[in-house]
Amino acid sequence: MNKIKEIIRKEWSEVFKNKIVFVAVAFLPLLFTAIPLFILNGIERSGDMGGAFGETSGIPSDFAAVCSGLSGLDCAQFFIVSQFIMLFLMLPVIIPVTIASYSIVGEKTTRTLEPLLATPITTIELIAGKALAAVIPALVATWGAFLIFSGGSYLITHSSAISEILLSPMWLMAIFLLGPLLSTAAVCAAMMVSSRVNDPRMAEQLSALVIIPIVVLFMGQSFGMIQITQTVIIWFTLILMCIDAALLYFATRLFERETILTRWK
Amino acid sequence: MTEMIQTMNLSKSFGKNTAVENLSIEIEAGQVFGLLGPNGAGKTTTIRMLSSLIAPTSGEARVAGFRVGENDTLIRQNIGILTESPGLYDRLTAERNLHFYAGLYEIDNVSAQVEKYLRMLGLWERRKEEVAGFSKGMRQKVAMARALLHEPKILFLDEPTSGLDPEAARVVREFIGELRQEGRTILITTHNLNEAERLCDRVAVLNTRLLAIDTPANLRQQLYGRSVVFHLQQAQDGFAQTLAEFPFVHSSEMVDNKLVVGLDDPESNNPALVRALVENGAQIQFVGELRHSLEDIYLRLVENQDEEQQAAGGQEQAN
Repeated sequence: MNKIKEIIRKEWSEVFKNKIVFVAVAFLPLLFTAIPLFILNGIERSGDMGGAFGETSGIPSDFAAVCSGLSGLDCAQFFIVSQFIMLFLMLPVIIPVTIASYSIVGEKTTRTLEPLLATPITTIELIAGKALAAVIPALVATWGAFLIFSGGSYLITHSSAISEILLSPMWLMAIFLLGPLLSTAAVCAAMMVSSRVNDPRMAEQLSALVIIPIVVLFMGQSFGMIQITQTVIIWFTLILMCIDAALLYFATRLFERETILTRWK
Repeated sequence: MTEMIQTMNLSKSFGKNTAVENLSIEIEAGQVFGLLGPNGAGKTTTIRMLSSLIAPTSGEARVAGFRVGENDTLIRQNIGILTESPGLYDRLTAERNLHFYAGLYEIDNVSAQVEKYLRMLGLWERRKEEVAGFSKGMRQKVAMARALLHEPKILFLDEPTSGLDPEAARVVREFIGELRQEGRTILITTHNLNEAERLCDRVAVLNTRLLAIDTPANLRQQLYGRSVVFHLQQAQDGFAQTLAEFPFVHSSEMVDNKLVVGLDDPESNNPALVRALVENGAQIQFVGELRHSLEDIYLRLVENQDEEQQAAGGQEQAN
């Protein structure tokens, strides 16, 4: 465990000196928090959008059911806020990929991998340390952004319905369970790429592809093709648990010390 | 004496290319052992195999009593390695680099060990600086400190003075000398044959396979025998012939004003040669032993191998 902590500390002291990475970790959560708050504020100020939702026609049936008893404005805000769940699931995928994609290939390019592998560290400790070094900042940033968003939403809307939805099991499961699982999956995929390529730019470009499924879901949700419900979140969580286990296994298996050392020139 | 490193028919191939073939060496505790060979001879591959970084294709190796491939983590705990490139984290300070590695070796007294080696290598005052700003010599020193933090019994130094300026190379060489006095077993690869001669108790010449292994003095003896040079005031054709008639003389050759004589036991036989030359009218200015450098030995071994390979190739074509 001490070796894992050492790897994490080293990664952070190195990674956060890189301004691009620092901006990615700090700026993106702020942006993803500001956008929904700005939209909510716009709805609150316009006020008349509630009319469109007053009749509850043209909105998904799930919302129509929930909206019963809510004012048109509350329902509109409720619907909009629900759309943002995917934004908070994108953060734990985008942020760690920036760090993880460089983690192994970076050691190759700076020729620090050989002395590192010559220490008594095991492959699992190395992978775990590097993965956690990428996942932890992503989760801290995501959870921080969620906290700001929750507080900001309440301050803007003063609606208990919005607070209820943000503290509902669906949101909490998405943020605190699905988020870490997505982050782990993204990091494992990025590290597999990072250990197989010899060019950091290629590692970043290939690793960025892991964001595609989340973007597709976001688009699907935005166009009403997919409805994110508690059941969907539970299913995603279960599926991702299996995917994460498989990815962790393959990330460790694909990290062949000899191949990585001898193929790198 | 205890063997700290043993290899038995150790081989490594990468696809169709053989990097190391049937290498068998034994290195005793406290010995400084030099691995010499041209580029691509398999020196770094050998160090990587012995450090459990890569697996041998065949054969066996034991390091610090542990078998390579079976006790790799234990081997890594007992060795220190200076890789061909220092491999330091540029954005971290010298001290932070060492603290990180000390943590991986799970050293108890991290700060004390880091301070000990930074002071020993003259880097204590610059410990808070990022290594990105260090010269190559300073980086090499930090890498040396890293290899020693956990006080390993065995050290692998892969071309430790390569690319360093003469002053930095001298500091590193002196430091290796100090480590030798501490009784550590050191395997060093180098292109600098003078350095190998000064530092190493034994050397092995490797060019994929082992060409020779012994002390530099014994290798010299095996390849060249012992030779004496007579510096004469004036050369005469008959001198070489006169000395060639002695039964203990193997060769006798005039080169300008110098008579180079290969012989057994020069301490006993030199007086007879001097007498014979003087009786034949030679005026001797100096007499000295001809010492072939390790470079001569190395080049001769490598050239011999090239000739053997060419001959074998020619034989195969003829068949």
